[in-house]
Amino acid sequence: MTKGLGHAQPAIALDPRNDDIGETMRLTMYRMQVEIRESEQRAYDLFLQNLVKGTSHLSLGQEAVAVGFAAAMKPGDLSFCTYRGHAHTLARGVPIEKVLGELMQRDNGLMRGKGGSMHLTSVEHGVMGSYAIVGAHLPIACGAAWRAQYKGAKDVSVCFFGDGTTNIGAFHEALNFASVWKLPVIFVCENNLYMEYTPISEVTAVEHPAADRAASYGLERIVIDGQDADAVYRAATAAYEKARAGGGPSLIECMTYRYSGHSRADPAKYRPEGELDAWKKRDPIKIYRERLIQFGIAETVIAKIEADVKRRVDEATEKCKAAPPPSLDILTTDVYADGGWAWRN
Amino acid sequence: MAELTYRDAVTRGIAQEMARDPDVVFLGEDVAKAGGVFKTTVGLLEQFGPLRVRDTPISEQAILGAAMGAAMTGLKPIAEIMFSDFFAVCFDYIANEIPKSRYMSNGQLKCPLVVRTGNGAGSRFGAQHSQSVENWAMMIPGLKVVAPSNPRDVIGLLAAAVRDPDPVIFFEHKSLYATKGEVPDGEIVDELGTASIVRSGRDATILALALMVPRALAAAERLKSEHGIDCEVVDVRSLVPLDTQTILGSLARTHRLFTVEENPRLCGWGAEIVSIAADEAFYDLDGPPVRITTPHLPLPAADILEDMVLPTVDRIVDRVRRSLSA
Ligand SMILES: Cc1ncc(C[n+]2csc(CCOP(=O)(O)OP(=O)(O)O)c2C)c(N)n1
Ligand SMILES: [Mg+2]
Repeated sequence: MTKGLGHAQPAIALDPRNDDIGETMRLTMYRMQVEIRESEQRAYDLFLQNLVKGTSHLSLGQEAVAVGFAAAMKPGDLSFCTYRGHAHTLARGVPIEKVLGELMQRDNGLMRGKGGSMHLTSVEHGVMGSYAIVGAHLPIACGAAWRAQYKGAKDVSVCFFGDGTTNIGAFHEALNFASVWKLPVIFVCENNLYMEYTPISEVTAVEHPAADRAASYGLERIVIDGQDADAVYRAATAAYEKARAGGGPSLIECMTYRYSGHSRADPAKYRPEGELDAWKKRDPIKIYRERLIQFGIAETVIAKIEADVKRRVDEATEKCKAAPPPSLDILTTDVYADGGWAWRN
Repeated sequence: MAELTYRDAVTRGIAQEMARDPDVVFLGEDVAKAGGVFKTTVGLLEQFGPLRVRDTPISEQAILGAAMGAAMTGLKPIAEIMFSDFFAVCFDYIANEIPKSRYMSNGQLKCPLVVRTGNGAGSRFGAQHSQSVENWAMMIPGLKVVAPSNPRDVIGLLAAAVRDPDPVIFFEHKSLYATKGEVPDGEIVDELGTASIVRSGRDATILALALMVPRALAAAERLKSEHGIDCEVVDVRSLVPLDTQTILGSLARTHRLFTVEENPRLCGWGAEIVSIAADEAFYDLDGPPVRITTPHLPLPAADILEDMVLPTVDRIVDRVRRSLSA
């Protein structure tokens, strides 16, 4: 059996009357998964045309994790992402144009080209940054959660990271810290089986790099199917409820897979024959499309969602292509809070 | 007016700011119940309660990461890193995360926090608990860096740091904790980015920071009484922002420049100032600028060895005298 595939949830009940998720939410989750897929495919095409500059790390194949969590969030909840953060940023409702614009290093980008693809940030959408130093954002998410706890606010911070991140010190410091302080924070490990190029199993002492460490921090061991947005949504909802009720942090390991290489420079030749194909049989969008049909949603409704997303991605692409590069006067802005960069008088 | 130790000034400074603003919170190792390993935070837990004064695990990354996340979302945290040498284990936050978030996010993220830390030699702790690492912070765009030399400045600069909207690294000198100074009653708030002329003189400008300030002052007294050389001593206080005006203004009057730096030689703060002087005040100089530093060595533990390497009053007197009579 291909690694990770054995964690599928049992088939869910097909009777719509028993559906805890509901049609509106299902359609939203489908639309968002398609939007992320199409936007990232587009980012890849634009890279081949040399219009996406610098690096980029795609989440193709991992969309259900981003969408299941974002769907379970409330406005005001905070997301902390990694360099592989386009999906999580889009899932919070950040416009496609803003994300593609940043990848294309245009003036219409989310940070006007000052951050780049690895640092997508949109405070107004609760995206409190994307972090490119492995593990750095776990303690930062703890701090945001500490503020919520101290202020008696009900928002919850969520922090997404990969399997490889479970072997860096900041992961362990943050887990212990969050647990001891009982912080309203959710740690989400997207186990896509690889760090950069090395299989996680070759460098980790336990089978499940996140979940098998949970007990060390007094947390429940949770492994879920990251290819099924409903399974993710349910696990996320439970973790949000626990955090909002003062029950402290959760650590959730989502089994998933990235279809492309680690970054745009990586052809991913290190993967065993057949592994990618096996995972594509459990493609999150395919699974969800079938689910919608099972729940009686008309093919025409689904097709309209897909066409609508494609149109919006096309429109965003054209806007980005037409957008100018960043104006040079932003080079020295926002180093310090006075808006400038002066370090002396 | 009251006489206060530098150590108690730290406590008073933190308390002043916590009493003023409920968003000021404080975290670090052994800081709450134990009152800090240097006893700089005694009584804060009792005064402000366990929600605002918090003991952490030995997790420097978690301490600075949590301070950053709290600052980004509205609090004004003060984080203690027990020894500045430990910056090396949480340097990602100091070098990559805290200072860069505002710029990378095009101004969306803010990071108003203070990292307090025990810096400097004199305690015979050896090479990993005695360093002067101001330059580790000074070289990073996005940070502000201060290092007070006396109790009054501790309170005033700490208050300014807490109220500042940018991240500030606040270097306390371990060998100054027991020293005393006059401190006015009531609230004290100073200004970042200001050097102060702590002794006026006509013949040479001596720049010093933290523990080197009292040594520079003592040297200036001896240079005057024993050699008739009248030195101006400038307490640099703030490395970022740097008060270039005060420094170059003094140089324009004295025409000679000396720096007294506790850090090892390479890339110490004085090197930057000397380069600015060479660039912008070359024709004010009547002789080559001189940097008096710790040699480029790891710090030894034994007192007799440590005393050999830090700039001493004798060394400052000797260097200034020889340079001016050359
Ligand atoms: C501290 C640090 N070490 C190494 C890297 C280089 N690096 C970037 S991503 C990555 C792999 C991370 O793997 P994982 O956590 O599984 O996330 P994934 O990329 O699979 O989403 C590495 C090693 C880095 N950015 N930061
Ligand atoms: Mg991975």
